[in-house]
Amino acid sequence: MELYMSLAIGVLFAVGVYLMLNKSLLRIILGTTLLTHGVHLLLLTMSRLKTGAPPLLSEAAEHYVDPLPQALILTSIVISFGVTSFFFVLAYKAYQKLGTDDMEQLKGDNDE
Amino acid sequence: MNNLLILPLLIPLSAAALLLLFKNNVPVQRRLSLLSVLATLAAAVALLYQVRTAGIQTLYMGAWMPPYGIVFTADMLAALLVLVTAIVALGCLLFSFGTVGEQRERSYYYSFFQFLLVGVNGSFLTGDLFNLFVCFEVMLISSYALIVLGGTKRQLRETLKYIMINILSSTLFVAAVAYLYGVIGTLNMADLSVRIAESGQGGILNVIAVLFMIVFSLKAGLFLFFWLPGSYSAPPAAVSALFGALLTKVGVYALLRTFTLMFYHDPGVTHSWLAGMAAATMLLGGLGAIAYSDVQRIMNYNVIVSVGFLVLGLAAASHAALDGVVFYLLHDMIAKALLFILGGLLIRIAGTNKLAEMGGLIRQHPALGWMFFLAALSIAGIPPLSGFPGKLLIVQGALEQQYYWLTGLSLLSSLIVLYSLVRLFMGAFWGEAKPQAKAEAKPSFAMYASAAGLTALMLLIGFGAEWVYAFVSDAGNTLANPDIYIQAVMKE
Repeated sequence: MELYMSLAIGVLFAVGVYLMLNKSLLRIILGTTLLTHGVHLLLLTMSRLKTGAPPLLSEAAEHYVDPLPQALILTSIVISFGVTSFFFVLAYKAYQKLGTDDMEQLKGDNDE
Repeated sequence: MNNLLILPLLIPLSAAALLLLFKNNVPVQRRLSLLSVLATLAAAVALLYQVRTAGIQTLYMGAWMPPYGIVFTADMLAALLVLVTAIVALGCLLFSFGTVGEQRERSYYYSFFQFLLVGVNGSFLTGDLFNLFVCFEVMLISSYALIVLGGTKRQLRETLKYIMINILSSTLFVAAVAYLYGVIGTLNMADLSVRIAESGQGGILNVIAVLFMIVFSLKAGLFLFFWLPGSYSAPPAAVSALFGALLTKVGVYALLRTFTLMFYHDPGVTHSWLAGMAAATMLLGGLGAIAYSDVQRIMNYNVIVSVGFLVLGLAAASHAALDGVVFYLLHDMIAKALLFILGGLLIRIAGTNKLAEMGGLIRQHPALGWMFFLAALSIAGIPPLSGFPGKLLIVQGALEQQYYWLTGLSLLSSLIVLYSLVRLFMGAFWGEAKPQAKAEAKPSFAMYASAAGLTALMLLIGFGAEWVYAFVSDAGNTLANPDIYIQAVMKE
């Protein structure tokens, strides 16, 4: 199971990096979200995907799954949610003010 | 157990939350944030005193023993850095009062300022790798807001790049944490150190170490600094001063912790990579510092050179070199804040950031000129000033490790730094006075006060080096002997 997950994460990373190297700002943001998806799945996978009950004591099972990565992923999800929404609004504002979403045209010059 | 440890986080955090209520009342905002920074300073002094008298202080959150809970740890290095952070924050805050403008102050500027301090202090004090990630994010999200606040075209453009790089490096940070958890199965730094030592660092752990190196280098501006010169010229001077003094240094601190506490078993791989990257950073940063005639660019490349210098000391990793790193780190945070504040004043007075359009300012602004001169000499490392002892110790440590080429390069980079800053000084302050087309109002007393205070502190560190060294060598000792840190955290 870990092998298939790793392959899927690899695909997410590859597509994410490809999108981040694009010129269009929107594609770059989509690339970052794919990368964060990949990395969250990586956290889940790296704690071994062994079978067990959900981490609830009321289940009274013999084996539980590892509860720590789930907490880490939940933390990381909300953080990347906040950052992504900020990034989207920033891109919107930049599009309004600068009139382009092409990263090639967002080069710095000092005459403003 | 020592609850004092949490105060450098709690005070700015509550102040930031309170400041949200006074959106339109700028005087209250100013007083409240000043009060908060002063209280943080007092807490930092008390913490430093406790660490000095009673050794490393720990706080187990919710009384969960490590490695199960989150532990906050203040060794001498963390305590010193928290203190210097508070001092730098005070300087930048006083400088903000007159310079950031009412519009920004009404847009929660001081809240973001305090949240940034929460993130920085949290990063210094935490003893847990994932908590370090969260504190990094607190710091970075506040820095996104501070860098774009005001919304000029240039700020929008540069923030897009800054945020993109930092999302990428944070993603890699989580990936590195995931790999490390998969291999070792813990996230507490002291516990990690013990278990890495048990399993022997090689193969996969070296790969993870290099991944951490890439992550923290992106934050610190070590070799992977391509984002830094543009980003740091976008925000107002007070914000650049805060960034130049604190943000990259948190990355350097993370590198220090990672490669002295956790991944120190295979220096042939990790530390030689660090040395190579440090050399490239000093060289490329130095080239940038002499290539431009834009005041902001020159200052930004100077930040990069000093990061290279610090990491050279880390790569050498002897006791002397680590002492030097701590000393130089303390000096550099203060000196860079001072340099950016002086540079901001200079740009404000001259009404331009182009060196070619300045000249002859020493006649009207002698105090600014001589403070700038002192700062330049100190950053280059001229003996009686504060930059010298750190550089001396780092050079000594690097020579002990027989890094002859690297030592030569580091000395050359000091020369380049001196040249770039003296060129700035001579171009701006000497020569014929040029007509100043759009110069703003004369700087007020408060702006000078922050610069003068930091200059005085810099002189004090330089002349009282022996007294400071007593603290510094304690910090260097803990870095050179990770067992002291592990014993303090895992003692119960």
